[in-house]
Amino acid sequence: MTTDVLNTAVLKTEIRLFGREPGGVFWIMLFPTLLLAILGSIPSFREADPSLGGLRPVDAYVPVAVLLGLIVGGLQGMPPTIAGYRENGILRRMSTTPVRPAALLTAQMLVLGAGALLSALAALAVGRLAFGVTLPRQPLGYLLALLLALFASLALGALLSALARTTKIATAIGSTALFPAMFCAGVWLPVEAMPDVLGDVVGWTPFGAAAQALNDAAAGDWPGWTHLGVLAVWTVLLTVAAARWFRWE
Amino acid sequence: MPVIEVTELRKSYGGRPAVDGVSFAVEEGEIFGVLGPNGAGKTTTVECVEGLRVPDAGRVRVTGLDPVADHKQVTRVLGAQLQQSELQPKLTVREALELYAGFYPEPADWRPLAERLGLTPKLNSRFGKLSGGQKQRLSIALALIGDPRIVVLDELTTGLDPRARRETWQLIEDVRAGGVTVLLVTHFMEEAQRLCDRIAVIDKGRVAALDTPAGLIRRSAGATVISFTPSAPLDDDDLNALPGLASVQRKDGRVTLSGTDETVNAVITLLARTRVTAHQLRVTDATLDDAFLDLTEATA
Repeated sequence: MTTDVLNTAVLKTEIRLFGREPGGVFWIMLFPTLLLAILGSIPSFREADPSLGGLRPVDAYVPVAVLLGLIVGGLQGMPPTIAGYRENGILRRMSTTPVRPAALLTAQMLVLGAGALLSALAALAVGRLAFGVTLPRQPLGYLLALLLALFASLALGALLSALARTTKIATAIGSTALFPAMFCAGVWLPVEAMPDVLGDVVGWTPFGAAAQALNDAAAGDWPGWTHLGVLAVWTVLLTVAAARWFRWE
Repeated sequence: MPVIEVTELRKSYGGRPAVDGVSFAVEEGEIFGVLGPNGAGKTTTVECVEGLRVPDAGRVRVTGLDPVADHKQVTRVLGAQLQQSELQPKLTVREALELYAGFYPEPADWRPLAERLGLTPKLNSRFGKLSGGQKQRLSIALALIGDPRIVVLDELTTGLDPRARRETWQLIEDVRAGGVTVLLVTHFMEEAQRLCDRIAVIDKGRVAALDTPAGLIRRSAGATVISFTPSAPLDDDDLNALPGLASVQRKDGRVTLSGTDETVNAVITLLARTRVTAHQLRVTDATLDDAFLDLTEATA
């Protein structure tokens, strides 16, 4: 199948190449679940914590692990790959064929998106099977929040890919953006346990909003429209900025 | 009818003109060379033909289509080999061929193409592990995989060893024999002289000359080169008075003159008149190298 933005040969190639990067596969697909398993094996993480509203830390870390895969995919997977394609003339070479280089961006997003979603499923499954974490009680709201967070992360990745002129710069800014993103998602301190003011501020960032929306949906409530709205606005802004600054060469 | 028409093409980068009024037309089935020193505007010119750059002024048509406005149709008739382009290092040769075949609605079968380019033993090797010559051959295969009517090859033998270079030349001749028009960018005179039907010499963004290789040599000032070791010294004034003379060089007792057929006759007359014997007398045609230097200097 071939359209301007989707080409099956390109998609097949990107899937193959993703599988050939052990680092990417590990950090996106295995690391989040591994982190959950390590934290969950600490006995105190399996005891109810009043500062988490009676949840166990391991319960609070499932949404964090779910977000972690897509943050790593968007910020560390995409920018170096796309910047490398541009730096090595791969995008330029492609633009002399009937396929638009946009097909490469789409394929990257599909592959990383699928990897991040599989990673999220693995975290949910391990949480449920190994540590008895209840599955999201509001699955539809959970899925919606997850997809919005994924779009925001890929849009942020696309913007970094647009701004970074070389693979080295892309790797550097991707890693720099990774830590605040992970902090907001609650990797060091789950968002529920953050002091009120910090929690509110973090709620305006894409991954802070995503973490809170996932927590709401996990508990059985429809995620707050504010959080979903924050995610949607970030996605639109980041996409517009990426489209504005993106260069094929 | 020409398959490529370039008329008064202009393109500047930051106010500095790279291409400053280039015009030429390439006929179907010919190997057309674009020859010039580094930085002459060759690559910019062909990038406008490929639709990679938007001209500031002038007209470019490929099979009657505008490479920018009708980019998609142009990509189906024109295959390109770019000067600097890599593939994903972890992609194998076979996968790269399959990938690029997947870009075209009616691709050529990549197997015979790989065979012809000697890539069959390398099908399972990753791009990152290929030698410079193998990468180059793969990039030629990828330029041909869409079964194009025109193929643009930019500096394709740069970095190849002499044997690989000769094999590549044979391949280009085969490609043309298959009915494909070839636009060849090069700065190798030997390559241009051997392959091209016609050559546009580009210098400082302009066409300095456009002719067949033999025509370019003929029209340069020193088309014929006469060299010999005289048995006795020759008078400078006698030499300088030779008709059609373009240059005189003396080195280690050997005299090298360039000029025309008329110069040859006059030298022989002069030698007979002064009773000087010419040892190791050689009369050769100038090479494209000489013509090229002559043409690009003339516009300096």
